[in-house]
Amino acid sequence: MKEDKQTTYREAVREGIRNAMQKDDRVFLMGEYVGRYGGCFAVSKGLLEAFGNARIIDTPLCESAYTGAGIGAALNGMRPIVEIMTVNFSLLALDQIMNNAATLLHMSGGQFNVPLVIRMSTGGGKQLAAQHSHSLEGWYAHIPGLKVLTPATVQDAYSMIESALNDPDPVLIFENSLLYNSQGTLDTNAKPLPIKKAVVKRPGNDLTILAYGINLFKALDAAEILEKEAIDAEVIDLRALRPLDDETIMNSVKKTHRVMIVDEGWRSGSISAEIMARINEQAFFELDAAMGRVCSAEVPLPYAKHLEDAALPQPVKIAAMARQIMEDA
Amino acid sequence: MDIESARKFYSQMLLIRRFEEKCIELYSSRKIRGFLHLYIGEEAIAVGVMHALSAEDAVISTYREHGHALARGISAKSIMAEMYGKVEGCAGGRGGSMHLFDAKRRFYGGNAIVGGGLPLAVGMALADKMMKRDRVTVCLFGDGAVAEGEFHESLNLASLWQLPVLFICENNYYAMGTALEFSESEVNLSKKAAGYRINSFQVDGMDVTQVAESAKNAVEDIRSGKGPVFLECLTYRFRPHSMFDAELYRKKTEVNAWKDKGPLVTFKKTLEDKGLWSKIKAQEIEDEITKTIDDAVTFAENGTLEPISDLEKFVYSPEEAQ
Repeated sequence: MKEDKQTTYREAVREGIRNAMQKDDRVFLMGEYVGRYGGCFAVSKGLLEAFGNARIIDTPLCESAYTGAGIGAALNGMRPIVEIMTVNFSLLALDQIMNNAATLLHMSGGQFNVPLVIRMSTGGGKQLAAQHSHSLEGWYAHIPGLKVLTPATVQDAYSMIESALNDPDPVLIFENSLLYNSQGTLDTNAKPLPIKKAVVKRPGNDLTILAYGINLFKALDAAEILEKEAIDAEVIDLRALRPLDDETIMNSVKKTHRVMIVDEGWRSGSISAEIMARINEQAFFELDAAMGRVCSAEVPLPYAKHLEDAALPQPVKIAAMARQIMEDA
Repeated sequence: MDIESARKFYSQMLLIRRFEEKCIELYSSRKIRGFLHLYIGEEAIAVGVMHALSAEDAVISTYREHGHALARGISAKSIMAEMYGKVEGCAGGRGGSMHLFDAKRRFYGGNAIVGGGLPLAVGMALADKMMKRDRVTVCLFGDGAVAEGEFHESLNLASLWQLPVLFICENNYYAMGTALEFSESEVNLSKKAAGYRINSFQVDGMDVTQVAESAKNAVEDIRSGKGPVFLECLTYRFRPHSMFDAELYRKKTEVNAWKDKGPLVTFKKTLEDKGLWSKIKAQEIEDEITKTIDDAVTFAENGTLEPISDLEKFVYSPEEAQ
């Protein structure tokens, strides 16, 4: 693939997988509909033809067993990529992810690491109601032993596949289903950024907006609105929820002295709560105003479009929260 | 049966028995803590199954796995040190009784989530099949696991993909305190496996020679590419589920009836009938085992406590590997 071509997020993930499979015959893809159907979001379309059914494996609907099989294969020398359709379905595999993938290295006294990558879609916005739309990546970020990546950009959608496969421990990648059609530039020769590296996407001086996944773009839209009101927002793409890049976060807080977080998870016990706690612990005296956040409403996501829109973070809500923080003397 | 096999079977079963009797003593004197799930009564299965494996094969086990670990060749010293929570333990003191691991012996752990090891076994075997390695993965679990969804999902995958897995169901008739008849609509568990088109057999789990023979045949079939095999080994746990079990759910008469059919007494009788009993020199075996266990306790007592500064080690692989 040439540099700087406009690529969709979907193609970027696919090319990331293709690249990894070409380089390393231990890599394989396993999940529901990844082969003959071409992937439930068409991510793996064409990979069955390219690599055959021994490496692009259609599984029955048994999230727990095929995720556990991914762990077993990883223990036995492979580099599996397990695809789970949505984060809501991953709950059927939570036992394997939490009780095996995350614990085996520690429980075995360092003898057995699990080099497994699990990809799944996340997030609302497609009117899929309360069993297909949630954002539970913050839950997974609670678990020691896991790494949690949230690629927002086309470049990260591609590069994070390689970063995750190079990691000796289990890595979960959360792809917002609304991002699959988004476009951006992709440099397949770019060296992947370290997993633990948040990126300042829009430098600013007045306040910091921390976001990840699709909400990065909502935050950038909000920054456009705020710019017209002479509020200069700095927008940071967290990229990973575990580990969190405390250094980049605190450096920005030290610069702007005002901070808010956009988090599509529910606010109670959320990753945004964790980030606020860390800022409180590490940079409290840098703050000129109380921290703020925009999260999803604490309801199972509804089907009706106007209700779903109201439940999710939106640029206008982010801008409103930013104004409130700026007004706080 | 030759004298050598007879001696090996008897001494391994007796080692497991005496090791666990020592564990009860140490638990009562609070030297070891946590949960302690004893295998006493079920020794023939571990010994028979492990006898059928090569060093290259892999084992995935449960939280009642002292016997599996000992029969697989993990030393009594490193298991006892693990129970003591010492660095010299086979999981560095991180796992305890329920989570014994040994990479050298391809022992992938006691898994304490009932049914949780079955998907791992499927994946291990999938990797071997993909890489065209001549290896078998043995997965041990109890009758309780049969009620779990992971049992059914895993048997389906293993059969669908024709994977080299040997499923060993240790049916001791009780899932903790619930009898099989209150758990299962079909109490013949091998029939359930057969429903997934897996070659399935019921085996007398009290008879070490029968277990060894069945496991050997199963492993040969699996190696020759005939797909997974399921052995339901009928057995009985002589001791309570754990040290906290008042055994309200079963009668003493039932326990005693099973003890009369126990693996050590029946094997002794078999050897007597064959005129081999006097030849294996049982007292010599007993003395060797006493010494092995005394040494293991001394080793564990003298073991090292890991410094608390190492607490967060092994949550992730070392930085240089990342």
